[in-house]
Amino acid sequence: MASIDIQDIRKSYGAVQVLHGVDLNIRDGEFIVLVGPSGCGKSTLLRMIAGLEEVTGGDIAIAGKRVNDLAPKDRDIAMVFQSYALYPHMSVAENMSYSLRLRKTPRERIQSAVSAAASKLGLDPLLERRPKALSGGQRQRVAMGRAIVRQPKAFLFDEPLSNLDARLREQMRAEIKKLHGDLGATSIYVTHDQIEAMTLADRIVAMHGGVVQQVGSPLDLYDRPANLFVAGFIGSPGMNFLSAHYVPGENGASVRLGDGTLIALPQKYTLAADEPVTVGIRPEHVELSDADGTGVDAGVELIEPTGFGTILHLTHHGLPFKVFTVDRTHLNAGPAVKVSFPPGHLHLFDGEGDRVTS
Amino acid sequence: MTHTSSTDMRVQPKRPLLQRLAGACEPYLYSAPSLVLIATVMLVPLALGLSYAFRDVQILNPFSGGFIGLDHFRALSQDQAFYRALRNTLWWTGASVFLQFFFGLILALLLDKPFRGRGIAQALVFLPWAVPTFLTGLNWAWLFNPVIGPLPHWLFALGLLDEPGNILSDPQLAMWGPIVANVWWGIPFFAITLLAALQAIPRDLYEAAAIDGAGPFQRFRSITLPFLAPTIAITVLLRTVWISNFADLIIVMTNGGPADRTQIVASYIFTQAFKRLDFGYASAISMVLLVLLLVYSMLIVLLRQTMLNRD
Amino acid sequence: MTAKSMVLTVAHRLAILAYIVFALFPLFWLLKVSLTPNDLLYSEGVRMWPSRVSFDHFRFVVAHSDFPIFFRNSLIVAGSTAIVVTILASLSGYALSRFAFRAKYWIVALMLLTQMFPLVMLVAPIFKMLSPLGLTNSLTGLVIVYSAFNVPFATFLMQSFFDGIPKDLEEAAKIDGATQFTAFRQIILPLTLPGIAATIGFVFTAAWSELLFALMLISGNDAATFPVGLLSFVSKFSVDFGQMMAAGVLALIPACVFFFLIQRYLVQGLTAGAVKG
Repeated sequence: MASIDIQDIRKSYGAVQVLHGVDLNIRDGEFIVLVGPSGCGKSTLLRMIAGLEEVTGGDIAIAGKRVNDLAPKDRDIAMVFQSYALYPHMSVAENMSYSLRLRKTPRERIQSAVSAAASKLGLDPLLERRPKALSGGQRQRVAMGRAIVRQPKAFLFDEPLSNLDARLREQMRAEIKKLHGDLGATSIYVTHDQIEAMTLADRIVAMHGGVVQQVGSPLDLYDRPANLFVAGFIGSPGMNFLSAHYVPGENGASVRLGDGTLIALPQKYTLAADEPVTVGIRPEHVELSDADGTGVDAGVELIEPTGFGTILHLTHHGLPFKVFTVDRTHLNAGPAVKVSFPPGHLHLFDGEGDRVTS
Repeated sequence: MTHTSSTDMRVQPKRPLLQRLAGACEPYLYSAPSLVLIATVMLVPLALGLSYAFRDVQILNPFSGGFIGLDHFRALSQDQAFYRALRNTLWWTGASVFLQFFFGLILALLLDKPFRGRGIAQALVFLPWAVPTFLTGLNWAWLFNPVIGPLPHWLFALGLLDEPGNILSDPQLAMWGPIVANVWWGIPFFAITLLAALQAIPRDLYEAAAIDGAGPFQRFRSITLPFLAPTIAITVLLRTVWISNFADLIIVMTNGGPADRTQIVASYIFTQAFKRLDFGYASAISMVLLVLLLVYSMLIVLLRQTMLNRD
Repeated sequence: MTAKSMVLTVAHRLAILAYIVFALFPLFWLLKVSLTPNDLLYSEGVRMWPSRVSFDHFRFVVAHSDFPIFFRNSLIVAGSTAIVVTILASLSGYALSRFAFRAKYWIVALMLLTQMFPLVMLVAPIFKMLSPLGLTNSLTGLVIVYSAFNVPFATFLMQSFFDGIPKDLEEAAKIDGATQFTAFRQIILPLTLPGIAATIGFVFTAAWSELLFALMLISGNDAATFPVGLLSFVSKFSVDFGQMMAAGVLALIPACVFFFLIQRYLVQGLTAGAVKG
């Protein structure tokens, strides 16, 4: 196990630059999740750490040793692929032991390592089977087993769960987390699924357009998103954004929506009066009341019951936003309701899209 | 997000030279054995062969070998037999390619439909391709021979021939003999490549088209043909070049006769080289043929490019 | 089934049947004549099957002619060529499939160009080059020449098979500790076995059939291959159709057996390549 240090990593394919200088220090035993939409450079970064892509600029060090020029085989890392990449012509046991056999590990050691990994993953009865004869979930386990038999310095996961159905994905997610707890190995996990990122990570690295947008613990990113991209990417259903103008006011600051409605802010900010801002609020934080209650008028456009709760699609003077509530009474909401926005749950972003903190 | 300032750009440490070299060399190491073999056994002889076109090379004449400039080409431009061979080549290639393609396409379409026994049917109809070409030639020559072959008798019975004679010795019809043999032998090539291309067409496209109300003919025109077009273009190009060079069947079946009626350029080269042993002249003809084929290929490639650009 | 689709199905099967008959009839005729005793050859020339069958022609060809030698020579030449070409084409096909490198375009162009030569043009120069090396009139010389002729197409064929194998597998192997070449040998090649079978079969058939160079580079009977032997047989005994056809049937067997075994991989391999575009 080891730390991984990434300094000003850049990657270009010809004239197209896909990574614009990424810095990241991963502690020994940490579980890091790289998350972002497709094309954000997260997989490229992972493949560069693995040694499958050449480094255009910058440095990668594993356990303090610069590895830029090392072949993948000399980096002592393991990787789980999205397609699993199991060797079709080898049995499960052969798949798992291939790396040890390449290293000329003694037979007894191989056997004990394979059986230890197999029992940890519940693969014992499948060891003689070929990958073709396994279900998706079993293949996924074999891919994990292949990674853990070697006790590498770090584990890399490239969207390992995206080929599984929802239920299995949930189950494997929990198993990966448990496995990481047992092994305590440094892990880097790439996904586009923010739920996986939230549930698995010690720290999340949110990426967009080849640039790191924010690094922090899952709740950090949820509670204090650094910019509009992170705010919109983390959380489901996604955060509501309302364009507004800043109003300093005398009895506390507020923002003014396009139709003149004022929404109170928790504090004053160092913004100019009338400066354009975006105010964000998560659907689960919007408070609902009946049409004769207090708050801002809103019309109900659509009601989506999820069983656990209800997602209401509302509009306020043509401005769409969503509300999530676990209260079922609103399932029968009339054509109009009142909503209010608790100041403590508002997020304020400036014209550049960056979070306003003071 | 904190960012190392861009002035802090590290000096790029170069990868160790040896390692970089090894990395860059790898694909060449894999292809080197093939390339060396092709270069020594095909390119060097080709260069030598091209030089023969400007020299007087006659195997049985010890005084030959001198440089004679463009004499061969001058002779060639006067050679009526060469022009006849050129016309025959057009006829031989055009008819063979068209018929092979036409019947090959139909066969591929037939085999694209799943049915019981398809595997064995496919193996049987593709079998002619495995038959050595010289044997194909002999075999069809025998079939056209009225003494032991049934074809003249059948053609006579159908009223296509006035008498059950050998069409290979009839100047009007002789070319049909090698063409039929060539078509028989070459259908599988087109069928195999077109079948492979057909099977790569996603099935749901047909279903979507059928739901949209397209009939079988419209489906063929709007889905099958566009998908096959690249394969058709490349296979027709390769086959055309290949068949114009393909003299085996003609040499075995008619040897260019009767009265040079089946003499194509490739067989004419063969005759010049191995009957008259005039390698210089043969090389000159080969060179002209090579140039013609290159021009033809370029034209096709250009045509394809303009068609691609237009879309 | 509606009446219309019934008619279509019957038409489809009949069309397939017509193709099969067209493909097999010439071969059937070859077999028929080779089994017809000499005294019936002309009297029953056009009958579908002779009233009496005899194996005399085969017996004569095997026992009293040089055909067993031709057969052995052809087996050696075609077999060695197939092995050599498959090894070389696997390597170069792998390079074309997996590496992006500067000369790739030129290698492809060169290989396409070699498909365009009038091969007749090469006979004299090749003869001149091989003769001082003692490689004329030798099976080794033929193997070298045939290998060069068949490598380009075999390379394209192998490339399309490699293209069908996901790159993930090599990457996984590299991370497991393999070099590119180890990954190629231990992971990729075993998965390309159908492709290798198809290539071996294709090259074997091609080398088995080659006539021109065999005719020009080989002068004695000792090193003659089947096509040369059969052709000399035709000119020498041009009246004994029965014996010629018996020899023809024998020449046909290995090529057809090989082809029968590999033809379905051929379609598969081309499909895999076509999918990738």
